[in-house]
Amino acid sequence: MSYHLETAEHPETLRRVAIDPVSRVEGHGKVTLLLDEANKVQQVRLHIVEFRGFEKFIQGRPYWEVPVMVQRLCGICPVSHHLAAAKAMDAIVGAKRLTPTAEKVRRLMHYGQILQSHALHFFHLCSPDLLFGFGSDVGQRNIVGVAARHPETARRGVLIRKFGQEAIRITAGKRIHGTGAIPGGVNKSLSVEERDFLLKDAYQIVAWCRDAVRLARELHETDPALYNSFGIFRSHFMSLIGANGALDLYDGKLRARDDQGAIYFDDVAQSDYEKYIQEEVKPWSYMKFPYFRTLGNEHGWYKVGPLARVQNCDSMPTPLADAERREFIDYAGGSPMHAALGYHWARMIEMLHAAETIKDLLHDPDLLGSELMASGERGFEGFGMIEAPRGTLIHHYRVDENDLVSMCNLIVSTTHNNQAMNEAIRHVARRYLHGREITEGLLNHIEVAIRAFDPCLSCATHALGKMPLVVELRDAGGELVHQLSRNA
Amino acid sequence: MSEKFTLDGQEILFRAGQTIIQAAQDAGAWIPHLCYHPEFKPHGSCKLCTVTVNGRHMASCTTQAAAGQVVESNTEALNGERRTLLQMLFVEGNHFCPSCEKSGDCKLQATAYELGMMTPHFDHFYPSRPVDASHPEVLLDFNRCILCSLCVRASRDVDGKCVFALSGRGIGTRLVVNAASGRLVDTDVAMDDKALSVCPVGVILKKRRGFAVPIGERTYDQAPISEVKE
Repeated sequence: MSYHLETAEHPETLRRVAIDPVSRVEGHGKVTLLLDEANKVQQVRLHIVEFRGFEKFIQGRPYWEVPVMVQRLCGICPVSHHLAAAKAMDAIVGAKRLTPTAEKVRRLMHYGQILQSHALHFFHLCSPDLLFGFGSDVGQRNIVGVAARHPETARRGVLIRKFGQEAIRITAGKRIHGTGAIPGGVNKSLSVEERDFLLKDAYQIVAWCRDAVRLARELHETDPALYNSFGIFRSHFMSLIGANGALDLYDGKLRARDDQGAIYFDDVAQSDYEKYIQEEVKPWSYMKFPYFRTLGNEHGWYKVGPLARVQNCDSMPTPLADAERREFIDYAGGSPMHAALGYHWARMIEMLHAAETIKDLLHDPDLLGSELMASGERGFEGFGMIEAPRGTLIHHYRVDENDLVSMCNLIVSTTHNNQAMNEAIRHVARRYLHGREITEGLLNHIEVAIRAFDPCLSCATHALGKMPLVVELRDAGGELVHQLSRNA
Repeated sequence: MSEKFTLDGQEILFRAGQTIIQAAQDAGAWIPHLCYHPEFKPHGSCKLCTVTVNGRHMASCTTQAAAGQVVESNTEALNGERRTLLQMLFVEGNHFCPSCEKSGDCKLQATAYELGMMTPHFDHFYPSRPVDASHPEVLLDFNRCILCSLCVRASRDVDGKCVFALSGRGIGTRLVVNAASGRLVDTDVAMDDKALSVCPVGVILKKRRGFAVPIGERTYDQAPISEVKE
């Protein structure tokens, strides 16, 4: 069932429509649809067309360089890679437990990252679809259009993101691609001035994030027929879980639930991830397809990210976000929500949680401490897992006796969601495109489903992409029938 | 010290025997350079310190100061030639500043910033230069070597050893260590050797210290290289 529409029987007889590349996502990917003479969809694939390379060229580099180098995978969530690599390298320097200052500075950096990335995704990348409609005028379906029609929403989105980036700058030295986390700890703590600089806006940001949750919820309540079913498919889901079953985006152990919400595995140590997760390669994409080993590649795929995390944890450790989480669970009606657009609502709950966490951390005197580093017995293998904005991020390294990296394996958030995104666009293609004349607005429905996952295709393939869009419609003989283009 | 020359119109006093760059540094004036270091005999190889002396191109690190010289350094023409030299240095090696632990403390990077080098311009060579991580405390990353020979001079003239040398000719010139195995661990290098602390780029690195200094506190975060006293 999970491979329905993945491969058509006689593709040479079908028309091909390509969305190349998918826009308003990070990275470079394309969607191809194969249609028969009656415009009925026979095959749908999300292809990731760029080459991955970091796992290879990190080999032979000194281990202390890795947290700074691998963050260049991405311009939106570099902090996630920076911290996952640093966590892995903590084991190399024998730092089994960081100093309180180091751990809290890293957490501040990470929750700043969650805040800015979620704000960027919701307000800049997706709000045009959600506020104007998926098939609305393409000329206004962008952040400039949002700023013109909903100026306060756009302004808050920009300022929430800015606040998150300032938290990153203060902990890592730069808003993008800093150096704060090093193996065994951090290279700086906060000064009183830096702490107060963030604190003066922290409460306003919490209030705005709460409003953003309400906006996302209202979208569901206003049009439940659309929001509760668009791109829906059932699957397992997985995330890290902190102590006592609470959400923890910085650290924890792996937990998975099945599509009904029953726990499938729990309390899995990060170092055991390979016992549970296998990756499959398919010839039409550079992005691998992970699945749970015990279920096999046909049934073992799963979702990660906000929709998984909010429903996988037993609670959220900040009060406002936890109240919103409970309302989300109640709205779903006793079984997990699997609708793709539910990601947006869950993402806003997490954004609120990040804002509350930052506000709480800023009241913690450990942030101002001077004990920055820990060390211990030298290790040769490190596992670093973190809940990145888009889902569970896994870094795994081995380091030789000369301090050089000998093995690197990265499973990034978007890779976990590969099959899930393919399933979502197949669902949308069947429902909205099947048997109809293709238009830009209809094709955007496909992209809306992909964007719900907030994919980072650069991370997933370890390369960077550009975003102009050209859609070509060719007949069965390969002749160009119609072309639509859109600049970045 | 009563004799003087002019540097970009500014009068510079000098002592007998001083080179132009020495007198300029004493006067607080910056002439771009990479292979020159005030503690070592000039090498004159990087050519970045080239100035015009009475209209003729001369390396200011090897040219004696003389009374009445009219020296020009900070001109668009000379800085353009310096940018070209920098661009060639960047493409001849593998200089990946974004992940280099010397970033912010690197003279090559800081000089390129100061002289407004915006792109490498030339095709990259992408040479294959494996690192030497054999020594337990020192990493050699030859990818970043600009052949300034400061480590060679420091080892020979200060440490009384010959741990480092330049081998080969022309475009094949490369930094080597003095051991039959070619590995640093098999040399007589010691951690307090001067040679280990003079590299202007990110070749000779003390292990496990990378990125310990936060952004904002590195040498050239504080001030541009033209204002940092050597």
